[in-house]
Amino acid sequence: MSRLLQTPFLPSVSLPTKTRSSVTGFRVKPRIIPIQAKIREIFMPALSSTMTEGKIVSWVKSEGDKLNKGESVVVVESDKADMDVETFYDGYLAAIMVEEGGVAPVGSAIALLAETEDEIADAKAKASGGGGDSKAPPPASPPTATVVAPVAVEKKIAAPPVAIKAVAASAVHPASEGGKRIVASPYAKKLAKELNVELAGLVGSGPMGRIVAKDVEAVAAGGGVQAAVAVKEVVAVPGVELGSVVPFTTMQGAVSRNMVESLAVPTFRVGYTISTDALDALYKKIKSKGVTMTALLAKATALALAKHPVVNSSCRDGNSFVYNSSINVAVAVAIDGGLITPVLQNADKVDIYSLSRKWKELVDKARAKQLQPQEYNTGTFTLSNLGMFGVDRFDAILPPGTGAIMAVGASQPSVVATKDGRIGMKNQMQVNVTADHRVIYGADLAQFLQTLASIIEDPKDLTF
Amino acid sequence: MQSAMALSFSQTSFTRPNHVLGSTGSVFSTPTSLRFCGLRREAFGYSTSNQLALRCERIRIPSRKSFQVSASASSNGNGAPPKSFDYDLIIIGAGVGGHGAALHAVEKGLKTAIIEGDVVGGTCVNRGCVPSKALLAVSGRMRELQNEHHMKSFGLQVSAAGYDRQGVADHANNLATKIRNNLTNSMKALGVDILTGFGSVLGPQKVKYGKDNIITAKDIIIATGSVPFVPKGIEVDGKTVITSDHALKLESVPDWIAIVGSGYIGLEFSDVYTALGSEVTFIEALDQLMPGFDPEISKLAQRVLINPRKIDYHTGVFASKITPAKDGKPVLIELIDAKTKEPKDTLEVDAALIATGRAPFTNGLGLENVNVVTQRGFIPVDERMRVIDGNGTLVPNLYCIGDANGKLMLAHAASAQGISVVEQVSGRDHVLNHLSIPAACFTHPEISMVGLTEPQAKEKGEKEGFKVSVVKTSFKANTKALAENEGEGIAKMIYRPDNGEILGVHIFGLHAADLIHEASNAIALGTRIQDIKLAVHAHPTLSEVLDELFKAAKVESHATTRTVSEKVVV
Repeated sequence: MSRLLQTPFLPSVSLPTKTRSSVTGFRVKPRIIPIQAKIREIFMPALSSTMTEGKIVSWVKSEGDKLNKGESVVVVESDKADMDVETFYDGYLAAIMVEEGGVAPVGSAIALLAETEDEIADAKAKASGGGGDSKAPPPASPPTATVVAPVAVEKKIAAPPVAIKAVAASAVHPASEGGKRIVASPYAKKLAKELNVELAGLVGSGPMGRIVAKDVEAVAAGGGVQAAVAVKEVVAVPGVELGSVVPFTTMQGAVSRNMVESLAVPTFRVGYTISTDALDALYKKIKSKGVTMTALLAKATALALAKHPVVNSSCRDGNSFVYNSSINVAVAVAIDGGLITPVLQNADKVDIYSLSRKWKELVDKARAKQLQPQEYNTGTFTLSNLGMFGVDRFDAILPPGTGAIMAVGASQPSVVATKDGRIGMKNQMQVNVTADHRVIYGADLAQFLQTLASIIEDPKDLTF
Repeated sequence: MQSAMALSFSQTSFTRPNHVLGSTGSVFSTPTSLRFCGLRREAFGYSTSNQLALRCERIRIPSRKSFQVSASASSNGNGAPPKSFDYDLIIIGAGVGGHGAALHAVEKGLKTAIIEGDVVGGTCVNRGCVPSKALLAVSGRMRELQNEHHMKSFGLQVSAAGYDRQGVADHANNLATKIRNNLTNSMKALGVDILTGFGSVLGPQKVKYGKDNIITAKDIIIATGSVPFVPKGIEVDGKTVITSDHALKLESVPDWIAIVGSGYIGLEFSDVYTALGSEVTFIEALDQLMPGFDPEISKLAQRVLINPRKIDYHTGVFASKITPAKDGKPVLIELIDAKTKEPKDTLEVDAALIATGRAPFTNGLGLENVNVVTQRGFIPVDERMRVIDGNGTLVPNLYCIGDANGKLMLAHAASAQGISVVEQVSGRDHVLNHLSIPAACFTHPEISMVGLTEPQAKEKGEKEGFKVSVVKTSFKANTKALAENEGEGIAKMIYRPDNGEILGVHIFGLHAADLIHEASNAIALGTRIQDIKLAVHAHPTLSEVLDELFKAAKVESHATTRTVSEKVVV
């Protein structure tokens, strides 16, 4: 755990004392700071001859409270018993430097006592300056994409680490009553509390979609990655120095790990050529209403998935798989030299116009790096389209934790032989689906693609 | 409760002839100046609380004896012809209780047979204390090796610790086999007949075993023990929903296991499983974890054994239904509120261990042949382990020890009860003081206790009008504990400041299970604090934790030099 925890805390990120002590139970050694006459330190007292350190059981007073000489301020657990500790001076409890549950060596300062109310602020400043900063760690914030030089194949996977690690889904746990309950292992719950991670927005990678410790750590690390990335971006000037060895950033490391992890999943690929004349016609017709081609493709895919739930399933533990209860189509988007996979949730149910608006909103948010975790890590099926670059076919690597990903090539005019023996011109695009063969078999994909082709070739259902 | 039983017995026995006593009546003439430690509590119960209690006891014993002699005299008049028996003593059940009784019976010159329908050693050796200690020995070492901080503070460097599940399971199994062989051999060597087959009571002094072998004995001890108790609604499949019987085989180490019940069985298994990498969820029906332990001990134990580990818990809930994992679904546990019975939560875990206690194994014992009605399966007995029948009268020559009587479901208690019975049938009255029997939970660190908890002692003190004091010490103040880097733990003693009687001792810390015996022996022998505090403990040892307790206690009365000199004479 400690190894993972350290990644977010790059040098410039200060590690809050409070978090650290509660996470690891480490001894907290607040730096003893030079004190002016009127601000006094409250020391960890030696309550017995054998006592070397004491644990703060509870603070009887809170910051800002007035103290009278002889009043008890704090309860300390010594080697013999829990004991009340009294103050020797009148004044105000200005700053608590060792929080409840923390351990401090005998003689070290655990709080500051100000003589007058005016000095409380001074004392506080000193306390925080001395390392007693008690801010909560930054919560997992929206992702930033920093992978330089996006490679087509990596596109789907190079989403932010959170999306990769705790690959998402509406993967509703069989007994979690439609996602109302949170199924998390005891240690995951403990960690979430300590790392300030909200379990509700999280999808687990454990057996049966259970949230396990590494999911929580991944989210916590995700928050840290943000900070790391921000620092990095300032330093990294455009232009690549040829011949130099560049160590992975945290995120590149995460991508690398996930690429390797994906090798554990036996995948296979099935391709299909689909005529897009009807779709192109439809697109032309409703383009003015704000409908995008991406939304149309997502919608068509979602409708096909609704008929083939196995293609929308996911296998996480190798022993079971989940028929995901909703169809969330993730679409890879390149931004700022990185990429992200915003998710169109319930794409089969939402109408094409709303879906298009939603898509625009997601893309804007993605560019502004304001996507919330559930907006990029809940996909159950991924779409990747490189058609705009003229790519006619490619294949994609399956993001761990999902069942299938579809690579969409460019729609191009082609000469085709028709059934009546003539030669004609049709717009055609090639799609190529990569799937997890543990749960999705060749026939499943073939039927899915057949359905998809019929929807795209006769797209009237898309506008409902 | 035991006192009440004793009273009811003394009334009924006037009308009930007692053949045993009749046939062995002669031994009553032997003067018994030995210790009757077990009687002490009884004596206190009746006498007013003063320092004369010790003397009271010595007066009481002969008085009860003379009564029994008269009872036996009347039984002789009843005209039961003296029979010759195949054995002096037959013990049904070769667990630790039966084994203890058999060994002692041989020592007392009794011709003894022991009947076992399963394997020698019973629960303790085969499915309980013994294999679990093997697993706990592994978990203790794993814990130590995994604790980098702990190792570093010793200056030690250890690379990542790992384990081989089968190897661990084999260690437990081999240990059980070894102890079972030791037990069997010790009985064979002494000439105890080991009869194989399911034993049942046919009638007074008559036992059937196997298909149709019938044997007779002057006295019969039932020591059939117990099996894991599984509440209704819980389906045990032995793979994902298991009892301690299965868990000790360690056929798997699940990622997440729910343990139903946070008593000592549940606690020990939580120690094993978390050390081997599992995460644990406790389900406890009462409002707090570790019920039955002294509240202060359980509070600290929770701080050390639960909170920092990968354990969470639900208290105040029953597991109303547990379905084993199948068809790719996890183990489902439905929780209902213990009070309102309303559904509270559903858990999905990889495995569930049912540790809700143990149920007596008394079915098919032929108890109806002697008119005995079990209470929730337990065989009712008086304080001398004599079986009480449906009418509340004693069944002659029939005793029940161990888990089957439910007095104190511990292996060593069964053994002590067995020895007590043998003492009685060989003509020396004996009543076991259950308050002097220690108990231990072998977590890391261990928990041990003897006598009353603080609330129990205070209640008793209030009722009987004596003051109760408590003294505590920490393992952090013990040199040896600090040398081992194991300063976590406390010991507390509950005592009477007026006469220095030890009411209870509770220890949580390194080797607590081994440390408790100084206290339990003191309680059994009636040693007072003012006397034992003068005893010397080697330095530096963990035993000084108790020394510190004795020395810190404030007792009004002074050391009884008389007692000390008496002991020197003995």
